[in-house]
Amino acid sequence: MSPDNFFQKAKESMSIRLRIISEMQRIAGEQQVTLPPLDDDLSLHETGFDSLGFAILVARLEDDLGIDPFTISEDASFPLTVGEFIRAYENVPA
Amino acid sequence: MSPREVFALRDYLSPDLKGRDISDARQVVSLTNILGDTCLGGRLGELSGRSVLLAVADQLISAVAMTEIDGVAERMLLCPPDLNTDHFQTLIEDADIDAVITDQPARWADSGPALVVTARAPERAEAGAKTERATEWLMLTSGTSGVPKIVSHTLEGLTGAIIADGPARGTLPVWATFYDIRRYGGLQIFLRAIIGGGSMVLTEPGEPIADYVTRLHARGVTRISGTPSHWRKLLMSGSASGFSPRYVRLSGEIADQAVLDGLSRAFPAASIGHAYASTEAGVGFAVNDGLEGFPATMVGESRDGVDMKVEDGSLRIRSVRTAHAYVGRHAPALTDSEGFVDTGDMVELRGDRYYFVGRRGGIINIGGLKVHPEEIEAVINRHAEVRMSRARSRRSPITGAVVVADVILADGCDSSRGEEIRNKILADCRASLASYKVPATIKFVSSLDMTAAGKLARYDA
Repeated sequence: MSPDNFFQKAKESMSIRLRIISEMQRIAGEQQVTLPPLDDDLSLHETGFDSLGFAILVARLEDDLGIDPFTISEDASFPLTVGEFIRAYENVPA
Repeated sequence: MSPREVFALRDYLSPDLKGRDISDARQVVSLTNILGDTCLGGRLGELSGRSVLLAVADQLISAVAMTEIDGVAERMLLCPPDLNTDHFQTLIEDADIDAVITDQPARWADSGPALVVTARAPERAEAGAKTERATEWLMLTSGTSGVPKIVSHTLEGLTGAIIADGPARGTLPVWATFYDIRRYGGLQIFLRAIIGGGSMVLTEPGEPIADYVTRLHARGVTRISGTPSHWRKLLMSGSASGFSPRYVRLSGEIADQAVLDGLSRAFPAASIGHAYASTEAGVGFAVNDGLEGFPATMVGESRDGVDMKVEDGSLRIRSVRTAHAYVGRHAPALTDSEGFVDTGDMVELRGDRYYFVGRRGGIINIGGLKVHPEEIEAVINRHAEVRMSRARSRRSPITGAVVVADVILADGCDSSRGEEIRNKILADCRASLASYKVPATIKFVSSLDMTAAGKLARYDA
Protein backbone atom coordinates (compact mmCIF):
# COMPACT_ATOMS: atom_id res chain seq x y z
CA MET A 1 0.00 0.00 0.00
CA SER A 2 1.41 3.39 -0.98
CA PRO A 3 1.82 6.01 1.71
CA ASP A 4 -0.92 8.08 0.04
CA ASN A 5 -3.40 5.21 0.15
CA PHE A 6 -2.51 4.46 3.70
CA PHE A 7 -3.12 8.09 4.61
CA GLN A 8 -6.45 8.08 2.79
CA LYS A 9 -7.65 4.94 4.57
CA ALA A 10 -6.54 6.24 7.91
CA LYS A 11 -8.30 9.53 7.28
CA GLU A 12 -11.55 7.82 6.40
CA SER A 13 -11.56 5.79 9.56
CA MET A 14 -10.85 8.71 11.83
CA SER A 15 -13.68 9.75 14.07
CA ILE A 16 -15.13 13.21 13.69
CA ARG A 17 -13.25 14.22 16.82
CA LEU A 18 -9.93 13.12 15.41
CA ARG A 19 -10.59 14.83 12.12
CA ILE A 20 -11.38 18.10 13.85
CA ILE A 21 -8.29 17.88 16.08
CA SER A 22 -6.15 16.96 13.11
CA GLU A 23 -7.43 19.89 11.02
CA MET A 24 -6.88 22.27 13.93
CA GLN A 25 -3.29 21.09 14.24
CA ARG A 26 -2.78 21.51 10.54
CA ILE A 27 -4.16 25.06 10.53
CA ALA A 28 -2.11 25.88 13.63
CA GLY A 29 0.97 24.74 11.71
CA GLU A 30 0.03 26.89 8.71
CA GLN A 31 -0.72 29.93 10.85
CA GLN A 32 2.30 29.34 13.08
CA VAL A 33 0.14 29.14 16.18
CA THR A 34 1.30 26.97 19.08
CA LEU A 35 -1.70 24.95 20.24
CA PRO A 36 -2.09 24.07 23.91
CA PRO A 37 -3.30 20.51 24.67
CA LEU A 38 -6.81 20.37 23.17
CA ASP A 39 -8.82 19.31 26.21
CA ASP A 40 -12.63 19.50 25.99
CA ASP A 41 -12.69 22.24 28.63
CA LEU A 42 -10.22 24.46 26.82
CA SER A 43 -11.94 27.65 25.73
CA LEU A 44 -11.73 28.33 22.01
CA HIS A 45 -10.20 31.68 22.80
CA GLU A 46 -7.27 29.89 24.49
CA THR A 47 -6.50 27.82 21.39
CA GLY A 48 -4.74 30.84 19.91
CA PHE A 49 -6.96 30.77 16.79
CA ASP A 50 -8.40 34.07 15.60
CA SER A 51 -11.76 34.31 13.85
CA LEU A 52 -10.10 33.79 10.46
CA GLY A 53 -8.55 30.56 11.78
CA PHE A 54 -11.97 29.29 12.85
CA ALA A 55 -13.49 30.40 9.52
CA ILE A 56 -10.86 28.32 7.69
CA LEU A 57 -11.49 25.37 10.04
CA VAL A 58 -15.26 25.46 9.49
CA ALA A 59 -14.86 25.75 5.70
CA ARG A 60 -12.45 22.81 5.51
CA LEU A 61 -14.55 20.65 7.83
CA GLU A 62 -17.57 21.34 5.62
CA ASP A 63 -15.60 20.07 2.60
CA ASP A 64 -14.33 17.08 4.57
CA LEU A 65 -17.43 16.06 6.54
CA GLY A 66 -20.13 17.63 4.37
CA ILE A 67 -21.62 19.57 7.27
CA ASP A 68 -21.51 23.07 8.68
CA PRO A 69 -23.43 22.93 11.98
CA PHE A 70 -23.23 26.69 12.48
CA THR A 71 -25.05 27.58 9.27
CA ILE A 72 -27.62 24.76 9.36
CA SER A 73 -29.26 25.92 12.57
CA GLU A 74 -30.40 29.51 12.78
CA ASP A 75 -30.35 29.75 16.53
CA ALA A 76 -27.13 27.82 17.07
CA SER A 77 -24.97 29.74 19.46
CA PHE A 78 -21.31 29.49 18.68
CA PRO A 79 -19.52 27.06 21.03
CA LEU A 80 -17.25 28.40 23.71
CA THR A 81 -15.04 25.38 24.35
CA VAL A 82 -13.26 22.75 22.26
CA GLY A 83 -15.67 20.12 23.60
CA GLU A 84 -18.72 22.16 22.55
CA PHE A 85 -17.21 22.77 19.13
CA ILE A 86 -16.68 19.04 18.54
CA ARG A 87 -20.14 18.14 19.83
CA ALA A 88 -21.71 20.60 17.40
CA TYR A 89 -20.38 18.35 14.61
CA GLU A 90 -21.13 15.06 16.37
CA ASN A 91 -24.73 16.07 17.03
CA VAL A 92 -25.59 16.85 13.42
CA PRO A 93 -27.60 13.95 11.97
CA ALA A 94 -25.64 12.45 9.07
CA MET B 1 -17.72 67.84 -43.90
CA SER B 2 -17.98 67.09 -47.60
CA PRO B 3 -18.94 63.54 -48.55
CA ARG B 4 -15.48 63.05 -50.04
CA GLU B 5 -13.93 63.09 -46.56
CA VAL B 6 -16.11 60.29 -45.21
CA PHE B 7 -14.53 56.85 -45.32
CA ALA B 8 -16.52 53.68 -44.87
CA LEU B 9 -15.29 50.08 -44.85
CA ARG B 10 -15.86 49.75 -48.61
CA ASP B 11 -13.42 52.57 -49.24
CA TYR B 12 -10.61 50.53 -47.67
CA LEU B 13 -11.37 47.42 -49.69
CA SER B 14 -9.44 47.45 -52.90
CA PRO B 15 -9.82 44.79 -55.58
CA ASP B 16 -6.12 45.38 -56.33
CA LEU B 17 -4.96 43.45 -53.25
CA LYS B 18 -5.26 39.90 -54.55
CA GLY B 19 -5.65 36.64 -52.70
CA ARG B 20 -7.38 37.93 -49.57
CA ASP B 21 -10.20 35.99 -47.98
CA ILE B 22 -12.30 35.60 -44.84
CA SER B 23 -13.37 32.14 -43.70
CA ASP B 24 -15.14 30.14 -41.05
CA ALA B 25 -15.25 26.35 -40.72
CA ARG B 26 -17.81 26.07 -43.54
CA GLN B 27 -16.93 28.58 -46.22
CA VAL B 28 -14.39 30.97 -47.63
CA VAL B 29 -15.38 34.39 -49.01
CA SER B 30 -12.97 36.49 -51.07
CA LEU B 31 -12.11 39.79 -49.37
CA THR B 32 -10.56 40.95 -52.63
CA ASN B 33 -13.96 40.78 -54.33
CA ILE B 34 -16.20 41.31 -51.30
CA LEU B 35 -17.54 44.63 -52.63
CA GLY B 36 -19.42 42.65 -55.24
CA ASP B 37 -21.15 40.51 -52.60
CA THR B 38 -24.42 40.99 -50.76
CA CYS B 39 -26.00 39.18 -47.83
CA LEU B 40 -29.06 41.40 -47.99
CA GLY B 41 -30.71 40.09 -51.15
CA GLY B 42 -30.15 43.39 -52.93
CA ARG B 43 -32.15 45.37 -50.30
CA LEU B 44 -29.28 47.59 -49.10
CA GLY B 45 -30.90 50.68 -50.62
CA GLU B 46 -33.87 50.35 -48.22
CA LEU B 47 -31.47 50.69 -45.28
CA SER B 48 -30.16 54.09 -46.35
CA GLY B 49 -30.38 56.50 -43.42
CA ARG B 50 -31.93 53.85 -41.16
CA SER B 51 -30.93 52.81 -37.64
CA VAL B 52 -30.21 49.13 -38.14
CA LEU B 53 -30.04 46.26 -35.67
CA LEU B 54 -27.62 43.64 -37.00
CA ALA B 55 -28.85 40.48 -35.30
CA VAL B 56 -27.43 37.55 -37.27
CA ALA B 57 -25.92 34.51 -35.58
CA ASP B 58 -23.43 33.77 -38.35
CA GLN B 59 -20.20 35.82 -38.11
CA LEU B 60 -19.27 35.55 -41.77
CA ILE B 61 -22.66 36.83 -42.97
CA SER B 62 -22.44 39.61 -40.37
CA ALA B 63 -18.98 40.54 -41.66
CA VAL B 64 -20.22 40.92 -45.23
CA ALA B 65 -23.29 42.82 -43.99
CA MET B 66 -21.08 45.28 -42.07
CA THR B 67 -19.12 46.10 -45.23
CA GLU B 68 -22.44 46.74 -46.98
CA ILE B 69 -24.23 48.79 -44.30
CA ASP B 70 -21.31 50.99 -43.24
CA GLY B 71 -21.57 54.35 -44.96
CA VAL B 72 -25.21 53.72 -45.94
CA ALA B 73 -27.19 53.29 -42.69
CA GLU B 74 -27.39 56.10 -40.11
CA ARG B 75 -26.30 53.73 -37.35
CA MET B 76 -25.79 50.01 -36.86
CA LEU B 77 -26.07 48.14 -33.58
CA LEU B 78 -23.94 44.98 -33.48
CA CYS B 79 -25.51 42.10 -31.53
CA PRO B 80 -23.23 39.32 -30.29
CA PRO B 81 -24.78 35.86 -30.80
CA ASP B 82 -25.24 35.21 -27.07
CA LEU B 83 -27.34 38.35 -26.53
CA ASN B 84 -30.37 37.59 -24.38
CA THR B 85 -33.36 38.10 -26.71
CA ASP B 86 -35.35 39.54 -23.77
CA HIS B 87 -33.19 42.66 -24.12
CA PHE B 88 -34.07 43.34 -27.77
CA GLN B 89 -37.07 45.58 -27.02
CA THR B 90 -35.15 47.85 -24.65
CA LEU B 91 -32.20 48.09 -27.02
CA ILE B 92 -34.49 48.90 -29.97
CA GLU B 93 -36.13 51.72 -28.01
CA ASP B 94 -32.89 53.11 -26.62
CA ALA B 95 -31.13 53.13 -30.00
CA ASP B 96 -34.20 54.28 -32.02
CA ILE B 97 -33.86 51.20 -34.20
CA ASP B 98 -36.16 51.22 -37.26
CA ALA B 99 -34.77 48.29 -39.26
CA VAL B 100 -33.43 44.83 -38.44
CA ILE B 101 -31.20 42.48 -40.37
CA THR B 102 -31.90 38.95 -39.17
CA ASP B 103 -31.44 35.31 -40.02
CA GLN B 104 -34.73 34.57 -38.22
CA PRO B 105 -37.32 36.69 -40.07
CA ALA B 106 -40.26 34.76 -38.54
CA ARG B 107 -39.25 35.98 -35.09
CA TRP B 108 -39.55 39.62 -36.20
CA ALA B 109 -42.65 39.27 -38.42
CA ASP B 110 -45.25 40.60 -35.95
CA SER B 111 -43.20 42.81 -33.67
CA GLY B 112 -40.27 45.10 -33.66
CA PRO B 113 -39.05 47.45 -36.37
CA ALA B 114 -41.19 47.92 -39.46
CA LEU B 115 -38.40 47.04 -41.86
CA VAL B 116 -37.07 43.47 -41.62
CA VAL B 117 -34.33 42.38 -44.01
CA THR B 118 -33.43 38.71 -44.14
CA ALA B 119 -29.72 37.91 -44.10
CA ARG B 120 -28.59 35.12 -46.42
CA ALA B 121 -25.38 33.49 -47.54
CA PRO B 122 -23.28 35.87 -49.65
CA GLU B 123 -24.24 36.12 -53.34
CA ARG B 124 -23.11 38.39 -56.14
CA ALA B 125 -24.74 41.84 -56.05
CA GLU B 126 -26.03 43.65 -59.09
CA ALA B 127 -24.52 47.03 -58.32
CA GLY B 128 -22.00 48.30 -55.80
CA ALA B 129 -23.16 50.85 -53.21
CA LYS B 130 -21.66 54.28 -52.59
CA THR B 131 -20.64 55.75 -49.26
CA GLU B 132 -23.27 58.32 -48.25
CA ARG B 133 -22.46 59.17 -44.65
CA ALA B 134 -20.37 58.34 -41.58
CA THR B 135 -22.39 55.53 -40.01
CA GLU B 136 -22.52 55.44 -36.23
CA TRP B 137 -21.28 52.08 -34.84
CA LEU B 138 -23.13 50.93 -31.73
CA MET B 139 -21.67 48.15 -29.62
CA LEU B 140 -22.84 46.45 -26.46
CA THR B 141 -20.86 46.19 -23.24
CA SER B 142 -20.17 42.68 -22.03
CA GLY B 143 -21.34 43.20 -18.46
CA THR B 144 -22.47 40.28 -16.37
CA SER B 145 -26.20 40.73 -15.90
CA GLY B 146 -29.04 43.03 -16.89
CA VAL B 147 -29.43 44.93 -20.14
CA PRO B 148 -26.03 45.69 -21.67
CA LYS B 149 -25.12 49.34 -22.19
CA ILE B 150 -25.04 50.68 -25.74
CA VAL B 151 -21.77 52.39 -26.60
CA SER B 152 -21.44 54.71 -29.59
CA HIS B 153 -18.33 54.73 -31.79
CA THR B 154 -17.37 56.09 -35.19
CA LEU B 155 -15.36 54.10 -37.71
CA GLU B 156 -12.69 56.77 -37.40
CA GLY B 157 -12.42 56.18 -33.65
CA LEU B 158 -12.57 52.40 -33.96
CA THR B 159 -9.76 52.38 -36.51
CA GLY B 160 -7.55 55.06 -34.91
CA ALA B 161 -4.93 52.60 -33.66
CA ILE B 162 -4.99 50.67 -36.95
CA ILE B 163 -4.43 53.74 -39.12
CA ALA B 164 -1.64 54.84 -36.73
CA ASP B 165 0.14 51.51 -37.25
CA GLY B 166 -0.01 51.95 -41.05
CA PRO B 167 -0.67 49.33 -43.71
CA ALA B 168 0.90 45.88 -43.49
CA ARG B 169 4.24 45.58 -45.22
CA GLY B 170 5.69 42.53 -46.93
CA THR B 171 3.66 39.33 -46.86
CA LEU B 172 0.03 40.08 -46.03
CA PRO B 173 -0.89 38.94 -42.53
CA VAL B 174 -3.55 36.33 -41.81
CA TRP B 175 -5.59 37.42 -38.79
CA ALA B 176 -7.56 35.39 -36.30
CA THR B 177 -9.19 36.02 -32.96
CA PHE B 178 -10.90 33.92 -30.34
CA TYR B 179 -13.37 36.80 -29.92
CA ASP B 180 -16.61 37.13 -31.80
CA ILE B 181 -16.26 40.06 -34.23
CA ARG B 182 -19.39 41.70 -32.81
CA ARG B 183 -17.39 42.38 -29.63
CA TYR B 184 -14.82 45.14 -29.35
CA GLY B 185 -11.77 42.85 -29.24
CA GLY B 186 -12.95 40.84 -32.24
CA LEU B 187 -14.09 43.87 -34.22
CA GLN B 188 -10.59 45.35 -33.89
CA ILE B 189 -9.11 42.28 -35.59
CA PHE B 190 -11.78 42.27 -38.30
CA LEU B 191 -11.10 45.97 -39.00
CA ARG B 192 -7.35 45.28 -39.08
CA ALA B 193 -7.93 42.57 -41.66
CA ILE B 194 -10.11 44.91 -43.76
CA ILE B 195 -8.00 48.05 -43.46
CA GLY B 196 -4.50 46.73 -42.81
CA GLY B 197 -4.73 44.17 -45.62
CA GLY B 198 -4.57 40.43 -45.34
CA SER B 199 -7.02 37.63 -44.62
CA MET B 200 -9.03 36.50 -41.62
CA VAL B 201 -10.12 33.26 -39.98
CA LEU B 202 -13.27 33.35 -37.82
CA THR B 203 -14.24 31.15 -34.88
CA GLU B 204 -17.10 28.68 -35.30
CA PRO B 205 -19.55 28.24 -32.40
CA GLY B 206 -19.12 24.91 -30.63
CA GLU B 207 -16.03 23.92 -32.60
CA PRO B 208 -13.55 21.82 -30.56
CA ILE B 209 -10.40 23.83 -29.94
CA ALA B 210 -8.19 21.23 -31.63
CA ASP B 211 -10.24 21.60 -34.85
CA TYR B 212 -10.00 25.38 -34.62
CA VAL B 213 -6.21 25.23 -34.24
CA THR B 214 -6.04 22.87 -37.22
CA ARG B 215 -7.87 25.50 -39.27
CA LEU B 216 -5.61 28.30 -37.99
CA HIS B 217 -2.61 26.24 -39.01
CA ALA B 218 -4.03 25.23 -42.39
CA ARG B 219 -4.89 28.83 -43.32
CA GLY B 220 -1.48 30.10 -42.23
CA VAL B 221 -2.64 32.44 -39.45
CA THR B 222 0.16 34.81 -38.44
CA ARG B 223 -1.54 37.13 -35.93
CA ILE B 224 -4.05 36.05 -33.34
CA SER B 225 -5.68 37.59 -30.27
CA GLY B 226 -7.78 36.46 -27.34
CA THR B 227 -8.30 36.79 -23.61
CA PRO B 228 -5.87 35.16 -21.16
CA SER B 229 -8.67 32.64 -20.47
CA HIS B 230 -8.85 31.79 -24.19
CA TRP B 231 -5.09 31.30 -24.28
CA ARG B 232 -4.99 29.17 -21.13
CA LYS B 233 -7.69 26.99 -22.68
CA LEU B 234 -5.56 26.60 -25.81
CA LEU B 235 -2.45 25.77 -23.77
CA MET B 236 -4.46 23.22 -21.77
CA SER B 237 -5.85 21.57 -24.90
CA GLY B 238 -2.40 20.29 -25.88
CA SER B 239 -3.17 21.26 -29.48
CA ALA B 240 -0.80 24.23 -29.75
CA SER B 241 2.08 22.24 -31.20
CA GLY B 242 2.50 22.68 -34.94
CA PHE B 243 0.77 26.07 -34.90
CA SER B 244 3.32 28.86 -35.12
CA PRO B 245 1.84 32.39 -35.21
CA ARG B 246 4.19 35.37 -35.40
CA TYR B 247 2.13 37.72 -33.23
CA VAL B 248 0.17 36.61 -30.19
CA ARG B 249 -1.93 39.21 -28.38
CA LEU B 250 -3.82 39.09 -25.10
CA SER B 251 -6.52 41.53 -24.00
CA GLY B 252 -9.78 41.74 -22.11
CA GLU B 253 -8.51 40.35 -18.81
CA ILE B 254 -5.35 40.70 -16.73
CA ALA B 255 -2.42 39.05 -18.51
CA ASP B 256 -0.37 37.70 -15.62
CA GLN B 257 3.26 36.66 -15.88
CA ALA B 258 2.33 32.96 -15.85
CA VAL B 259 0.24 33.13 -19.02
CA LEU B 260 2.77 35.38 -20.78
CA ASP B 261 5.56 32.92 -19.94
CA GLY B 262 3.40 29.94 -20.90
CA LEU B 263 2.78 31.45 -24.33
CA SER B 264 6.47 32.28 -24.79
CA ARG B 265 7.29 28.62 -24.20
CA ALA B 266 4.51 27.38 -26.49
CA PHE B 267 5.30 29.87 -29.29
CA PRO B 268 9.05 30.58 -29.03
CA ALA B 269 9.14 32.28 -32.43
CA ALA B 270 6.24 34.65 -31.72
CA SER B 271 6.12 38.19 -30.41
CA ILE B 272 3.89 37.95 -27.33
CA GLY B 273 2.18 41.11 -26.16
CA HIS B 274 -0.78 42.25 -24.15
CA ALA B 275 -2.97 45.18 -25.05
CA TYR B 276 -5.35 47.31 -23.09
CA ALA B 277 -8.67 48.01 -24.77
CA SER B 278 -12.32 48.12 -23.78
CA THR B 279 -15.64 48.74 -25.50
CA GLU B 280 -15.89 52.13 -23.79
CA ALA B 281 -12.25 53.28 -23.66
CA GLY B 282 -11.23 51.96 -27.08
CA VAL B 283 -7.67 50.81 -27.77
CA GLY B 284 -5.47 52.20 -25.00
CA PHE B 285 -1.98 50.81 -25.30
CA ALA B 286 0.11 47.73 -26.01
CA VAL B 287 2.83 46.20 -23.83
CA ASN B 288 5.45 44.22 -25.71
CA ASP B 289 8.28 43.73 -23.20
CA GLY B 290 7.00 40.32 -22.12
CA LEU B 291 6.20 41.50 -18.60
CA GLU B 292 2.87 41.83 -16.83
CA GLY B 293 1.63 45.31 -15.99
CA PHE B 294 2.85 48.40 -17.80
CA PRO B 295 5.62 50.99 -17.31
CA ALA B 296 4.61 53.83 -14.98
CA THR B 297 5.98 56.32 -17.51
CA MET B 298 2.93 55.60 -19.70
CA VAL B 299 0.72 57.41 -17.21
CA GLY B 300 0.65 61.18 -17.29
CA GLU B 301 2.26 61.75 -20.63
CA SER B 302 0.43 61.72 -23.90
CA ARG B 303 1.51 59.10 -26.40
CA ASP B 304 -0.06 58.17 -29.72
CA GLY B 305 -2.95 60.46 -28.87
CA VAL B 306 -3.80 58.59 -25.68
CA ASP B 307 -3.76 60.27 -22.24
CA MET B 308 -3.88 58.16 -19.10
CA LYS B 309 -4.29 58.98 -15.45
CA VAL B 310 -4.92 57.02 -12.28
CA GLU B 311 -7.60 58.37 -9.95
CA ASP B 312 -9.05 56.64 -6.90
CA GLY B 313 -7.00 53.62 -7.90
CA SER B 314 -8.57 53.13 -11.32
CA LEU B 315 -7.12 53.68 -14.77
CA ARG B 316 -8.68 56.55 -16.77
CA ILE B 317 -8.18 56.95 -20.51
CA ARG B 318 -8.80 59.87 -22.86
CA SER B 319 -8.25 59.58 -26.60
CA VAL B 320 -9.95 60.01 -29.95
CA ARG B 321 -10.49 56.24 -29.91
CA THR B 322 -12.76 56.19 -26.88
CA ALA B 323 -16.48 55.81 -27.47
CA HIS B 324 -18.46 59.02 -27.86
CA ALA B 325 -21.28 58.29 -25.46
CA TYR B 326 -23.61 55.75 -23.96
CA VAL B 327 -26.88 55.68 -25.91
CA GLY B 328 -30.37 55.46 -24.42
CA ARG B 329 -32.95 57.18 -22.29
CA HIS B 330 -31.20 56.64 -18.97
CA ALA B 331 -27.67 56.59 -20.33
CA PRO B 332 -25.08 57.85 -17.83
CA ALA B 333 -22.20 60.10 -18.87
CA LEU B 334 -19.35 58.15 -20.46
CA THR B 335 -16.54 60.55 -19.60
CA ASP B 336 -15.65 62.94 -16.80
CA SER B 337 -15.52 66.70 -17.33
CA GLU B 338 -12.02 66.41 -18.80
CA GLY B 339 -13.02 63.73 -21.29
CA PHE B 340 -11.51 60.73 -19.46
CA VAL B 341 -13.27 57.35 -19.43
CA ASP B 342 -13.10 55.57 -16.06
CA THR B 343 -12.19 52.02 -17.08
CA GLY B 344 -13.11 50.51 -13.70
CA ASP B 345 -9.83 48.58 -13.87
CA MET B 346 -7.93 49.01 -10.64
CA VAL B 347 -4.15 49.43 -10.81
CA GLU B 348 -1.38 49.51 -8.23
CA LEU B 349 2.06 51.10 -8.54
CA ARG B 350 4.90 48.78 -7.52
CA GLY B 351 8.38 50.05 -8.33
CA ASP B 352 8.39 51.51 -11.82
CA ARG B 353 5.35 49.59 -13.12
CA TYR B 354 1.65 49.66 -12.70
CA TYR B 355 -0.04 46.29 -12.19
CA PHE B 356 -3.70 45.51 -12.77
CA VAL B 357 -5.24 44.23 -9.57
CA GLY B 358 -8.85 43.63 -10.65
CA ARG B 359 -12.18 45.19 -11.54
CA ARG B 360 -13.74 47.73 -9.22
CA GLY B 361 -17.05 45.85 -9.44
CA GLY B 362 -15.33 42.50 -8.90
CA ILE B 363 -14.23 43.11 -5.34
CA ILE B 364 -15.17 40.42 -2.85
CA ASN B 365 -15.75 41.42 0.73
CA ILE B 366 -14.03 39.38 3.43
CA GLY B 367 -15.12 40.50 6.89
CA GLY B 368 -15.28 44.11 5.72
CA LEU B 369 -11.93 43.95 3.91
CA LYS B 370 -11.80 44.31 0.15
CA VAL B 371 -10.17 41.62 -1.92
CA HIS B 372 -9.56 41.49 -5.67
CA PRO B 373 -9.81 37.83 -6.70
CA GLU B 374 -7.33 38.49 -9.54
CA GLU B 375 -4.59 39.35 -7.06
CA ILE B 376 -4.90 35.93 -5.42
CA GLU B 377 -5.14 34.14 -8.78
CA ALA B 378 -1.90 35.80 -9.91
CA VAL B 379 -0.05 34.27 -6.93
CA ILE B 380 -1.58 30.83 -7.55
CA ASN B 381 -0.99 30.94 -11.31
CA ARG B 382 2.74 31.52 -10.97
CA HIS B 383 3.21 27.92 -9.84
CA ALA B 384 4.37 25.69 -12.68
CA GLU B 385 1.88 23.01 -11.59
CA VAL B 386 -1.07 25.36 -12.18
CA ARG B 387 -2.74 26.15 -15.50
CA MET B 388 -5.44 28.49 -14.25
CA SER B 389 -7.39 29.35 -11.15
CA ARG B 390 -10.36 31.26 -9.83
CA ALA B 391 -10.57 32.86 -6.40
CA ARG B 392 -14.04 33.55 -5.05
CA SER B 393 -15.81 34.23 -1.81
CA ARG B 394 -17.64 31.58 0.15
CA ARG B 395 -20.00 32.40 2.96
CA SER B 396 -18.76 31.69 6.43
CA PRO B 397 -20.72 31.59 9.69
CA ILE B 398 -17.65 33.03 11.45
CA THR B 399 -16.42 35.92 9.32
CA GLY B 400 -19.28 36.32 6.84
CA ALA B 401 -17.07 35.17 3.99
CA VAL B 402 -13.73 33.52 3.30
CA VAL B 403 -11.66 33.31 0.13
CA VAL B 404 -11.56 29.93 -1.57
CA ALA B 405 -9.79 28.94 -4.77
CA ASP B 406 -10.58 26.53 -7.60
CA VAL B 407 -7.45 25.38 -9.43
CA ILE B 408 -6.86 23.57 -12.72
CA LEU B 409 -3.56 21.69 -12.65
CA ALA B 410 -1.18 21.95 -15.60
CA ASP B 411 -0.95 19.10 -18.12
CA GLY B 412 0.98 16.12 -16.93
CA CYS B 413 0.63 17.17 -13.33
CA ASP B 414 -0.21 14.06 -11.32
CA SER B 415 -3.24 14.62 -9.11
CA SER B 416 -1.71 12.28 -6.51
CA ARG B 417 0.62 15.20 -5.77
CA GLY B 418 -2.44 17.28 -4.86
CA GLU B 419 -1.63 17.54 -1.18
CA GLU B 420 1.95 18.60 -1.84
CA ILE B 421 0.90 21.17 -4.47
CA ARG B 422 -1.86 22.52 -2.23
CA ASN B 423 0.61 23.06 0.61
CA LYS B 424 3.11 24.72 -1.72
CA ILE B 425 0.50 27.15 -3.08
CA LEU B 426 -0.81 27.95 0.40
CA ALA B 427 2.71 28.60 1.70
CA ASP B 428 3.34 30.99 -1.19
CA CYS B 429 0.00 32.74 -0.62
CA ARG B 430 0.83 33.18 3.06
CA ALA B 431 4.22 34.64 2.16
CA SER B 432 2.82 36.99 -0.51
CA LEU B 433 -0.66 38.02 0.62
CA ALA B 434 -2.36 39.45 3.68
CA SER B 435 -3.78 36.63 5.82
CA TYR B 436 -7.43 37.33 4.92
CA LYS B 437 -6.55 36.92 1.22
CA VAL B 438 -5.05 33.45 1.67
CA PRO B 439 -7.56 30.85 0.41
CA ALA B 440 -9.18 28.86 3.21
CA THR B 441 -9.54 25.92 0.85
CA ILE B 442 -8.11 24.98 -2.52
CA LYS B 443 -10.16 22.67 -4.68
CA PHE B 444 -8.71 21.02 -7.79
CA VAL B 445 -11.16 21.12 -10.69
CA SER B 446 -11.01 19.97 -14.32
CA SER B 447 -12.56 23.09 -15.84
CA LEU B 448 -13.69 26.61 -15.06
CA ASP B 449 -16.59 28.33 -16.83
CA MET B 450 -15.94 31.11 -19.31
CA THR B 451 -18.42 33.83 -20.28
CA ALA B 452 -19.50 34.29 -23.89
CA ALA B 453 -17.03 37.19 -24.05
CA GLY B 454 -14.17 34.81 -23.25
CA LYS B 455 -13.61 35.90 -19.67
CA LEU B 456 -13.42 33.76 -16.57
CA ALA B 457 -16.98 33.54 -15.20
CA ARG B 458 -17.29 35.09 -11.75
CA TYR B 459 -20.57 34.33 -10.03
CA ASP B 460 -20.08 36.15 -6.77
CA ALA B 461 -18.85 39.42 -8.24
